[in-house]
Amino acid sequence: MSSLEKLQAAFVSAIGVPAAANFEELAYGQTSGWDSVAHMTLVNEIETGFDIMLDTNDVIGMSSFIKAREILGKYGVVFA
Amino acid sequence: MISKGSILEGSILEGKICFVTGSTRGIGWAVAREFARQGATVILNSRQPGGTLEERRLQLEQEFFRPAHGLAADAIDGAAIQGCYKKIFKQFKRLDVLVNNAGILQDALLGMISEATIRCVIDTNLVGSLIHLQEASRLMARAKSGSIVNVSSIIGRFGNEGQSVYAASKAGVIGMTLSAAKELAPKNIRVNAVAPGFIDTDMTRQLPEDKRQQRLAGIRMNRIGTPEEVAQVIVFLASDMASYVTGQVLGVDGGMIV
Repeated sequence: MSSLEKLQAAFVSAIGVPAAANFEELAYGQTSGWDSVAHMTLVNEIETGFDIMLDTNDVIGMSSFIKAREILGKYGVVFA
Repeated sequence: MISKGSILEGSILEGKICFVTGSTRGIGWAVAREFARQGATVILNSRQPGGTLEERRLQLEQEFFRPAHGLAADAIDGAAIQGCYKKIFKQFKRLDVLVNNAGILQDALLGMISEATIRCVIDTNLVGSLIHLQEASRLMARAKSGSIVNVSSIIGRFGNEGQSVYAASKAGVIGMTLSAAKELAPKNIRVNAVAPGFIDTDMTRQLPEDKRQQRLAGIRMNRIGTPEEVAQVIVFLASDMASYVTGQVLGVDGGMIV
């Protein structure tokens, strides 16, 4: 599974968006189901999936799918 | 009292990774020893690396014949606290127990408290504890399991003259415990607090003799408590023996009246 697929899978599992969703449009507080509770589940899924521990500022700053991808780049995750 | 010696058979914390803040003396040190005696892998903490932290780490290893660890972080340094959890994650991949114990005591009558003192006590006793709680709960959430024990105080429950700031910080710890217990229960993370009364530690030995006698007079059991007596209650709350206990504040005070 590629890094992108892994990240998408985390969003599908934590937020409940369909696998065929337009991930680039997903945003905290705007996408249905992405509330604060789902956000912590998402963080958990991402941390477990990529075997990392995010800084608190990154947890708070992960406001969209695009931002999540950007943040993961700081932890050495490469998106082809 | 905790006897010197090896790990007990059927130790109730066997295999658990336990982080105890402020654990080179007083209640924190007693907790670390009792945890090690009960089979836990203990991570000690103090403000400074090396020195006492390293001495205590070696002491635990020699006494209980198992590896012990030390992580330095000042309770007022959020980045250092976060760094501890990164190290715990890197080395163990999980955390089973946090004992939020680090704290300071600075008494003064209301008109004599400087803003700097207020901020220092609140930052150390409450803000630091909150950051530990935040970081630990994230690690525990991955395993959907964990126990956090916050060390409050009888003063946080009932108040005392000359201790408004300390009381505010320790009452805050209780509020934090009750809220976190509700939030984290669905993730199978238990959060409880102990509220020690008058315990024989370096902190309480700072008290003037008249204050000390005054406090002793208010204890129904007619004696000061020991750090080990608090530690044993914390062991219970940390262990699976308390698997259905969360959101509780347990007094360990010998029937003290404030």
